[in-house]
Amino acid sequence: MTILLFTIIVLVGAFCAGLLGSLTGLGGGVVIIPLLTLVLGVDIHYAIGASIVSVIATSSGSAAAYVKEGITNIRIGMFLEIATTISAVLGAVITVYLNPSFIAVVFGMILLFSAVMMLRKKVDHSDNDTSGKLATYLKLNGSYPTAEGPKSYAVHNVMGGFVMMFFAGIISGLLGIGSGALKVLAMDNIMRIPFKVSTTTSNFMMGVTAAASAVVYLHRGQIDPGIAMPVTLGVLMGATVGAKILIRTKTDKLKIVFAVVVTFLALQMIYNGMAGNL
Amino acid sequence: MEKKVKTYFADKDVQYILGTLLRVGVVLSMTVVSVGGLIYLLVEHSNTADYHIFKPELAEFSSISAILSGVLSFNGKAIIQFGTLLLIFTPITRVVFSVFSFLIERDYMYVTIGLFVLSVIFFSLSNKLVG
Repeated sequence: MTILLFTIIVLVGAFCAGLLGSLTGLGGGVVIIPLLTLVLGVDIHYAIGASIVSVIATSSGSAAAYVKEGITNIRIGMFLEIATTISAVLGAVITVYLNPSFIAVVFGMILLFSAVMMLRKKVDHSDNDTSGKLATYLKLNGSYPTAEGPKSYAVHNVMGGFVMMFFAGIISGLLGIGSGALKVLAMDNIMRIPFKVSTTTSNFMMGVTAAASAVVYLHRGQIDPGIAMPVTLGVLMGATVGAKILIRTKTDKLKIVFAVVVTFLALQMIYNGMAGNL
Repeated sequence: MEKKVKTYFADKDVQYILGTLLRVGVVLSMTVVSVGGLIYLLVEHSNTADYHIFKPELAEFSSISAILSGVLSFNGKAIIQFGTLLLIFTPITRVVFSVFSFLIERDYMYVTIGLFVLSVIFFSLSNKLVG
């Protein structure tokens, strides 16, 4: 395959991945890695390097819109970044010593988990009951603006969330994805932060976490310009278009279709990983 | 009066500056990547794309110094990597700004936390982790 043809295929694929990723909230990386490895036969280490760059692009691109609304809780983000940056660097350091087959199987399992999380009805567990000592000490509790004035919320189980974030960071560093599904689990379910705050805060963290592991990948030569260029440009364009469509489209049916696609990709990754084809 | 100004600066303006900064960072880095991509395609479009096996030893532009010297000779690949570097630094700059805003708020606990996060990133940037 010539470089021109390869670039065009990856660009189109990445655009679709970014579009679907932003419409369903799953992110672009989860589709682009199977596309590169299963369809184009790219080594998974290159696919991971290219994907992490696209994670930085989409998270920084959408953060620009979020930040204006001013509901990111920078303290929660900064505190949890202690966990995610350390673990993301750790994940990025060890990923190269792992067998590509093993990475593919782990990737497939995270993909299945993400599909389930996407379909599950999200329940806002937030309240303003008394939170633990740690949340108060770290000044994590906050408030966000609503139509009826500012609404306060309390943060729960800080240590539990911190540990879950550490795990999310390892997965992010190992697989080159944002691991948004795990971050949602940590913030919405364990720490019980309201959606309006958790979505933007997780997005803020995603860019920083991805940057931490991206520098490790870069030094190792895992970020190849020939792959990273079409992946990043394609995913970012797709995500930008997706964000515009999202405002006036219902995504319920799309999510089911996408969940089926993702499940198929996940099984393919697991199968090919176990068969040693990757 | 002075305190009011400070809080306003920390809460509103910093958020606004950060939003603009992120967008500028993304647009700038993507422009650089596109320019590099065009040069790369013009020069190498008919070569064969071979990524079947991970060969880190073939990576030409995997350090900041190599990227910078490649950019000076208008190498397409190096310009793409330079754009990627700019993109990587975009969220890092956001952390730096947050540390400053905590400093203005005199919240030294979070200044320390922010500096710790930065030191983790800069430690991995120092190239000691990749053997």
